[in-house]
Amino acid sequence: MASTSKDNVQASTSGQGNPADDLEPGACPESVLNPSDSFEEFASEMSSSLQERNINLKSKSSTISEIQSEICDGNKDNTEITSTKSSDDLQSKDDQMSALASSCNLSNQNGEDSDNEKDDYLQSPELVNKEKHVFVLSSAGKPIYSRYGNEDRLAGLCGVIQALVSVVEDQNQDILRSIITKDCKAVFLVKGPLILVAVSKSNESETQLVLQLTYAFNQIVSVLTLTQLNRIFEQRRNYDLRRLLSGAERLIDNLFIFMEKDPAFLLGAVRCLPLPEKARENITNAITTTCHKIRDLVFAILIAGNQLITLVRMKKYTLHPSDIHLLFNLVRSSESFKTAESWTPICLPKFDATGFLHGHVSYISEDCQACLLLLTVQRDAFFPLSQAKHTIAEKLRRSNCLVAINDALNRNQELPTTNPLKHIGIPEIRHFMYKCKSTAQLFTSDPISLDRLQDYRIRHKEGGDVSEKKIEKLSDIDYVRNYRKFCSKIHCTSSPAKLIFRSNSDDTVLAWVTNGFELYVTFDALMEKDQAIKAVDRLLRWIKREEQRIFIMNAPTF
Amino acid sequence: MKVIEAKIVVLGSQGVGKTSLVVRYIGKMFSKHISPTIGASFFTCNISVGDARVKLQVWDTAGQERFRSMAPMYYRNANAALLVFDITSVSSFNAIKGWVKELQSNVSEEMVVSLVGNKCDLQESRAVTYAEASSYAASIGAKYCETSALHDQNIEQVFLSTATALLALSATNQTMRSYDSADDERQNGSPTEEQATGKVELPAWNTDNIAHGELQRNMCC
Ligand SMILES: Nc1nc2c(ncn2[C@@H]2O[C@H](COP(=O)(O)OP(=O)(O)OP(=O)(O)O)[C@@H](O)[C@H]2O)c(=O)[nH]1
Ligand SMILES: [Mg+2]
Repeated sequence: MASTSKDNVQASTSGQGNPADDLEPGACPESVLNPSDSFEEFASEMSSSLQERNINLKSKSSTISEIQSEICDGNKDNTEITSTKSSDDLQSKDDQMSALASSCNLSNQNGEDSDNEKDDYLQSPELVNKEKHVFVLSSAGKPIYSRYGNEDRLAGLCGVIQALVSVVEDQNQDILRSIITKDCKAVFLVKGPLILVAVSKSNESETQLVLQLTYAFNQIVSVLTLTQLNRIFEQRRNYDLRRLLSGAERLIDNLFIFMEKDPAFLLGAVRCLPLPEKARENITNAITTTCHKIRDLVFAILIAGNQLITLVRMKKYTLHPSDIHLLFNLVRSSESFKTAESWTPICLPKFDATGFLHGHVSYISEDCQACLLLLTVQRDAFFPLSQAKHTIAEKLRRSNCLVAINDALNRNQELPTTNPLKHIGIPEIRHFMYKCKSTAQLFTSDPISLDRLQDYRIRHKEGGDVSEKKIEKLSDIDYVRNYRKFCSKIHCTSSPAKLIFRSNSDDTVLAWVTNGFELYVTFDALMEKDQAIKAVDRLLRWIKREEQRIFIMNAPTF
Repeated sequence: MKVIEAKIVVLGSQGVGKTSLVVRYIGKMFSKHISPTIGASFFTCNISVGDARVKLQVWDTAGQERFRSMAPMYYRNANAALLVFDITSVSSFNAIKGWVKELQSNVSEEMVVSLVGNKCDLQESRAVTYAEASSYAASIGAKYCETSALHDQNIEQVFLSTATALLALSATNQTMRSYDSADDERQNGSPTEEQATGKVELPAWNTDNIAHGELQRNMCC
């Protein structure tokens, strides 16, 4: 891993000498995605007080029932749900907590207490030396999910975690956020009736880990709804949630693999499948013309390989990137969608955590691995949607859109977006990732091939060990790992950096955030700043030139 | 030619082999890598019984507990049910009794119910005896059949006997669409025609448009 040399870090807030100030590749007046920044949200999550937290979980209105009543009543104005902001100082609580740090050790290595059977299990190869553990337990201390090992045998550990959390709450009227030891961070998130914990040896920041835990919570909400989750534990505090989550563990497993590897999560943005402007337009038209008469349809989403092809929506409603990520994860984790048309309840936590949408999910055709999701509030809509799907598929085939999708998916070498670095022609650039903030969309120079992620069919119980060996050639995943610390400096709530330039004998990294975008670039070692900025200017102009292909530049409705 | 349209729902615990059964029958194959069903999957198939034809809509439901509360959506208006358990799992057999109760109290129309003990290739780990299962089936007025999706045993028979029973039922049951189709062949040729005629309960269902699982079946096994 590249070392950080503090002296070389130059943070500038003035933005003087920045090139292309007016360039915002990918920006458009209206966005299909809700661009609200996850980091701000999580910062407020992190700094909310105990009382605020309890209030927040109750006051949720239901978008789904709103749509349902609207379909019946005709149009009416609706009020927006506003998110809470808190200015509490995070740092002071962190300091208190680090005092606890030395006393917590996952594997109880100090060995002063008598070694009983449970402690032996914590030392077993299934659990030792993992880069990141994730535990989910109920607020009564019952194990619900562990990324590695067997939850049944982790009851002891979960008891300890629950005790830690409740001691801080009850005795200090405070929230346990993290415990930091020399080589390890334990981050805690209490959400509703659940306690989520990440114990990590990776270079991910505390905020990034909280973000991941929140995703895991949302994944659970996505299969149960918040209403059901809360009700279950109100009725029986001791309920064993594993019964209801059985089969959904793999969704959480896969989600963590994703989050560690795909920069989309790091930046809270969605990657689009690069397509010729005309092809995307045709696809969108095929959907809108087929679906505009289906009244209860809220979203029609076409995705392929964790990339968005198009999203058509009911007027007034947009989707949050994190809901789309959960849909990506669901589709990616569910081979069964390939067998037949499916009809399934899906809760999108940011859209409406309290209820299910009903989804018609199917692949476009045997010869095109794009998956169409038609999400409605109407539970009897399967047949009209099934009909619509077949009409859409036929239209796409006739207008050659399936070919265009396949070309992009198979990374046809003739497309400029397949190997952008070659096309841009700046040899010093090794890798870049760009996020357009206003549309929450992302583009990177070397999209992570899904094949390089783990096998999604098996439960991920092996692997994930901390690896010591230095890899010769960096892969895109390693670049993204490298960007993490720059990303957290840029998103730091107390003193966010606008421009970071760090050059050493391994490589040169430039991270730059403006009102319109975030850009992370890795150059060859020992680049001069001037040179790097010139290159970035050319890079931005290239992205601008290709923006219609790379991004979704409109916000179609039915 | 007499044609009836019927809806069949496949119910049972997680992992008993519901999807494997349906895919074996409709897709004529077995895959070790079938992954758990999410929500429910929709298949269609045509079964010829004598000189009549049964057009079946098959709802293969997910056995995962979290989808349990969705079940009424799938069995509502069903004309037949396959209740599937795994002969090596007592708990999957016990779960059948819950399904039977639920169907009895929630479905008013008469239904063709079949009990299916799947994975009969795993004799050495059998946990539910044939006698017990078949006497339970008799007690609820259901046919009992043991199948193996892996070895393709008895699966044709399950669907065929269901189709035969559905034909008999259609004489008295109003909810099943039943028609005499001299021009059926022409319909196959022009997929939009059936859609244009419209249907009472299944507004857009058209077998010619379904991408997966469309297969003509003959009475031979
Ligand atoms: N030995 C044996 N295994 C079978 C048979 N049928 C299915 N299986 C296996 O049982 C497992 C589950 O099969 P599925 O068809 O997915 O079961 P399901 O009932 O559809 O499961 P859910 O969709 O989760 O409710 C798979 O690993 C199949 O390979 C069978 O007849 N014999
Ligand atoms: Mg199944």
